[in-house]
Amino acid sequence: MSTKVIHALYNDDDILMDAVKETRKAHHHIEEVYTPFPVHGLDKAMGLAPTRLAIASFMYGAVGLAVATWMMNFIMIQDWPQDIGGKPSFSYIENMPAFVPIMFELTVFFAAHLMVITFYMRSKLWPFKQAENPDVRTTDDHFLMEVTVNNNEEELTSFLKNTGAVEIKVVEKH
Amino acid sequence: MAVGLLGIGYGFFDAPKTTEQVEKILEAKHHGHDAHADAHHSKAEGHDHAAHEAEHQEHLEHVLHQLQNKPWAAVYVSALFFMLISLGVLAFYAIQNVAQAGWSPILFRVMQGITAYLPVGSVIFFILLVLSAFHFNHLFVWMDADLINPESPKFDKLIANKSGYLNEYAWLIRAAIFLIGWNLYRYFSRRNCLAQDEASDNTFFKKNFNISAGFLVFFIVTESIMSWDWIMSVDPHWFSTLFGWYVFASFFVSGITVIALTTLYLKSRGYLEHVNTSHIHDLAKFMFGISIFWTYLWFSQFMLIWYSNIPEEVTYFITRIEQYNLPFFGMLAMNFIFPFLILINTDFKRITWILVMAGIVILFGHYIDFFNMIMPATVGDQWFIGAAELGALAFFLGLFIFVVFSALTKSPLVPKRNPFIEESKHFHY
Repeated sequence: MSTKVIHALYNDDDILMDAVKETRKAHHHIEEVYTPFPVHGLDKAMGLAPTRLAIASFMYGAVGLAVATWMMNFIMIQDWPQDIGGKPSFSYIENMPAFVPIMFELTVFFAAHLMVITFYMRSKLWPFKQAENPDVRTTDDHFLMEVTVNNNEEELTSFLKNTGAVEIKVVEKH
Repeated sequence: MAVGLLGIGYGFFDAPKTTEQVEKILEAKHHGHDAHADAHHSKAEGHDHAAHEAEHQEHLEHVLHQLQNKPWAAVYVSALFFMLISLGVLAFYAIQNVAQAGWSPILFRVMQGITAYLPVGSVIFFILLVLSAFHFNHLFVWMDADLINPESPKFDKLIANKSGYLNEYAWLIRAAIFLIGWNLYRYFSRRNCLAQDEASDNTFFKKNFNISAGFLVFFIVTESIMSWDWIMSVDPHWFSTLFGWYVFASFFVSGITVIALTTLYLKSRGYLEHVNTSHIHDLAKFMFGISIFWTYLWFSQFMLIWYSNIPEEVTYFITRIEQYNLPFFGMLAMNFIFPFLILINTDFKRITWILVMAGIVILFGHYIDFFNMIMPATVGDQWFIGAAELGALAFFLGLFIFVVFSALTKSPLVPKRNPFIEESKHFHY
């Protein structure tokens, strides 16, 4: 099934924000918005759900802390409790201050890297990925709003024209 | 305040005057601890009677000093804690001025209100220092003249070598310079801030910028020396290089917490129209960040000393871990784990009751932090958080609240002509 979408191009982020708000008010479905840089408040205007990346990161950090603790407890305390320079290796807590730098670093390492990988996976980014750019100008100085058409092409075109679009294109999408 | 005064008075009244009284107190305690008493007796069997008697007398004298120190140390800790809170607020205020922060000018009058405690607190604290220097108490061991007298049996070479720095007169003069310097900055920056309200240009704002920058330089030098003089010197055999920073982090985070709590209170009473949750959120971020900074310094100091385990340094932590186990590790939970887990959440940083709860825990945690710095050297294992300690805390808390809230009534809560005030009113995060 092929659907039609309208690409409305803007050349100012303030006009884009107003257009997004009006389009949402008129209950037209915004498929996607392409911008050359982050526009503050755009996600709120579009009504996007907040990200849960921070929560994921916190849990990854907890995993990192657990890995560090388990690893050093096994190596330094359980497996081969040597006397190294008089450090007490009878229990984990007794020698814990010496392990804290590693526990800290591994927590940060896990939290940071796994969060970044999660971000790549969730936003489907990888090397050699085909770019999904509908118009090359959106990476430089134009803003593009993509709105779905439901047998209301005429009306939608004129509506978007009124929101300050500099260019309107009707595109077949596969 | 009245309850606190009663508590302090009771604390001084309760302190024993002679070694005989100490003997009674210890005996009363030993009845409760039979095992302890047994150990005491079995140890005594090896000695002949006279030597034991002398040793016993020496022990009693030691405990007497500790018990006599107890009410003094209780007052000293509370006086120092509240004075340093207002100093922490002053440092935060100066930083906001110098950084030309766009979010905080709306809170400047609140900060100035809190720092109004500084002159009052300085006077009380300086009187305490003078009383110490004139031997009304034994808080500072190095003030004992016998310790630096080579003829005396109590001669202590380590302390004698430090007497060029640690002597009462230089110590009092330094204290006076620090306190006067801080108070001068507070006085002039508030005066300029009020003058800026009525001015037609920004000269007073620029003046405040300049004196704030100058103050911060003065502050960081004097803060460091202050921590050696007033806190580290209760343990004159011990030294640590990052101690000044550690003390700074402790009262800086307390100061920011007090700003947040005062702001929340005034806001809830409807006095701060333009303060929104974004301002609160920023303060909460500072509370969170500086709490972790404090932990970092605490751990850096602890771990370096624990790791190398050099006898002359490590006794500091051994006495604390053995005799102050719960306060020592309890404060770590209160100052680090609790704020870390609570304030890491963005939504929580905007919820009043969560912030108030976290703030109270942080403030108590840092009171215990100062308690841990002062008490082990002054009262040792005779510590207890009882009438004297709680009384002193209540007295200075009452005084602090009284001074701060009367100062807040003396000027409008929103600066009028601060160049950043419009931005601050519409601050949104």
